[in-house]
Formats: sequence, C-alpha cells, structure tokens
Amino acid sequence: MVKLTFIQPDGASQTVEVEPGLTVMEAAKLNDVPGIEAECGGACACATCHVYIEPAWVEKTGKPADIEEDMLDFAFDVRKESRLSCQIKVTPDLDGLTMRVPTKQF
Amino acid sequence: MALDEASQATDAGVTEIDAVIIGAGPVGLFAVFELGLVDVKSLVIDILGKPGGQCSELYPEKPIYDIPALPTVTGQELTDRLMEQIKPFGASFVFGERVDELQRSEDGRFHLKTDAGREILAKVVVIAAGGGSFTPKRPPLDGIEAYEGTSVHYAVRRMEELRGKDVLIVGGGDSALDWTLNLAPIAKSLTLLHRRDEFRGAPHSVEQMRALVAEGKVRLVIGQMTQLHGENGTLEAVTVKTGDGEQRVTANAMLPFFGLTMKLGPVATWGLNLNENLILVDTEKFETSEKGIFAIGDINWYPGKLKLILSGFHEAALMAQQAHKYVHPNKKLLFQYTTSSSSLQKKLGVK
Repeated sequence: MVKLTFIQPDGASQTVEVEPGLTVMEAAKLNDVPGIEAECGGACACATCHVYIEPAWVEKTGKPADIEEDMLDFAFDVRKESRLSCQIKVTPDLDGLTMRVPTKQF
Repeated sequence: MALDEASQATDAGVTEIDAVIIGAGPVGLFAVFELGLVDVKSLVIDILGKPGGQCSELYPEKPIYDIPALPTVTGQELTDRLMEQIKPFGASFVFGERVDELQRSEDGRFHLKTDAGREILAKVVVIAAGGGSFTPKRPPLDGIEAYEGTSVHYAVRRMEELRGKDVLIVGGGDSALDWTLNLAPIAKSLTLLHRRDEFRGAPHSVEQMRALVAEGKVRLVIGQMTQLHGENGTLEAVTVKTGDGEQRVTANAMLPFFGLTMKLGPVATWGLNLNENLILVDTEKFETSEKGIFAIGDINWYPGKLKLILSGFHEAALMAQQAHKYVHPNKKLLFQYTTSSSSLQKKLGVK
C-alpha cells in the first residue's frame, strides 16, 4: 500500500492508503477527499482534479505531458507545482506523496 | 441549424413533432433508433454544435472498452456509428441551442422553447442530457457575477458592442485567439492574457496574433487574473499576477475562455422530482414524475443506477415502448426482432 497525503486550503490534512496502479485522482475519489471533482472521470479533459505537489515531491511526480499542460490552461491559479491528479499513477516510489488541494476547482 | 423532413412547422412558426430528445449524446442518439422502430419521429436538440455530447466534446480520441460487441471504440467513432445507425429514421437535429422552457400546453402536448426563441410542440419529451448542458466555465474571482452580461462575456453575440472598448481576452485556445484577431481592429485596446507563452490554438492563428503583438496592436501578458476592479457592474481593471509580480490591466470588457463545464441548467426548473440534481424515474418506463416526460442516460436516477452508456441504451428501449402508447394511443404494439421482422427491416431501409 502507498500513503498519499492531501492538505486542504484550511490546513486540514488527510492521509489515505491505496494500491499502486490507481491514479492519484482515483485514490482521492475512493477516499472522499474534498475538493477533487474529476468531472470528466479521468480523461484529462476537464482540469477539475487540480493539485499542487509539495516542492519536495515535484521531481518524483515528474512533469506534465503536453496534453496535461494544455488542460492546465483550464485550471485556476496554476503554479509551477500544478498537476492534474488523474495523470499521476500511484507507484511505490510515491509512498508519502504530499499535495495541496486548491481553494477552488473552477 | 436547419430542420429536415421529419418535423413540420405550423403557421405560427412552431415546429410539431412526436418526440423531442434533449441531448445528442450516445443515449439521445440511440433513442432516435428505438423510437423510430415504433414509428415515433424525433427531433434532437443539443447545446453543442455537433452530435456526441461528452463523447465528442470531452474524449473524442479516448477508447471506450465497455460497449457490447465493440472491444474498443473511441468517443468519436461511437458517435459516428450511432449517426449512421439512426440515419434511416430521418430525425431532425437542432444544434447550438438550449431548451429553456418546457410546459404542457392545453391540448396535452408539450411546448418547448429554446434560448434562440425556437418553439416546438411535442407529444413526448425525452431528456437525455447527460451531465447537464455544457456551459462556459466561470473564473472563480470574487464578485465576477456582478459583471456578467455587462462587462464580462463568455461568448460574443454582437461584435459591435465591443467597439471602442478596452478589451481583455483570457485564454490560450482557438476561442481566445480568434476573438483577439477579430476584435483587435475595432477595440480601443486589446490585451490577451494567458498563463504561459504557449498557445493551444491553430498555429496560423498564433502567428497572426504574434504579428499583431509585434505591430503593437495587441498587448500580450503572460500571467493569471487574481482580482477584478469596478463598480455597478462596470469593470474598470483586472489585477494580474505575472512572473515579475502584479500589474493592473485596464479593461472595461473581458472575455474569459476557460473551456466548458456541465450544469443541470433549466431542467431543474421544469418541476420534475429530482434526487441530488438527477431526475427520478421508474425502471419500467424510465418516465419522470410528469407523464410523457422521460429521462434516460446519465441524467436520471433510480435504485441501482449505473452511469454507463450501455445502461442508457437499455433505458432508451424501454422508454420507447411507453412513448409509443402516448404517440399512437390506438395502435397495438407488437414486439418484434430486427433480425426477422420484415416491417422493422423496411423501416431500417434494408428490405
């Protein structure tokens, strides 16, 4: 199992445990993490599963692909550490991954 | 968009039809087929400019793996194949319009009105509106609602209204680029704001935009909006966060292009029983709390509901049985298979 931590805008933190192979978005939805909407169901088509990766983890989660970068144009308050969580696969390497949920997903 | 032979317009300009299907996604399209088999003529209305709904708008290139007998099919292929399959039934299509009003008229039929003022009289209504109507995303900036319709526009209805204005266009796709090119000659000033110096739009449009920037006719700012300034619904300026800090962009008209999202929209006002934004139906006829109005596909709810395209197809077939009773009250419906029934084959144009 891999541990993932989601920090809400008010500072509340929630750590979930999931099997590798899911996406981070799916892990959030399975555990009812607030603020991850995923309107399109993980097709990289809506930008409503936007998260900010904690700086220490940016390298391990990697850079967004072109299609994800394009879709980030539809997100609000996009930063260097912005990712769409449906595009991050949970691997054992990401055990401990910490990210912040934006104030609003559009 | 023009209608074809399936519908008839009365003298008053009202279109008359057996069934109106709201939503041209896969389930709405297949409803044309099932209704067609039982001699119910359909008119399909969709807010998007083309058929397919989410399949063509959100994931045209993504494979779908759970359509029976199609091990893999993309959203666009599924749409194209459904359009081919329903062709024999000569349905009418209205694209780019939203049904705003739905009321029962005195003769028992339903009277519908679209946002373009089109009026339709139908014996039955099939709501196959999926996640709701696609509407432009509203940037989550404090107080933006107050400027909508006056200074903030999600679509340009009349270009002339923007003549002589300080226009701010936000976004990096084709809508943002096309309106930049179209409005630059008539605006007092035009600023294009995008979060990065890369644009998704057509390369030719990007080149044209860059040329206008080089000539000083368009100002390109790389950054993101953080705050709106203005009074009484009139925008004056927008604070923008850029790589070098904050700046204030003067603007009395703003066009934000951040894609589309799905909202239930006017359906919520039609007096149907809802369950958390979904329309309650029975599982025999998929009829709503209002007789003659059906809801199929992702927009309905019943115990055990799964939002699958294949479930929507099943719902369309059962809905059509009941719709037939309303449209042809004096005709007995004989259950038949397309494989063996010569009358069904005649309707399909294969005999």
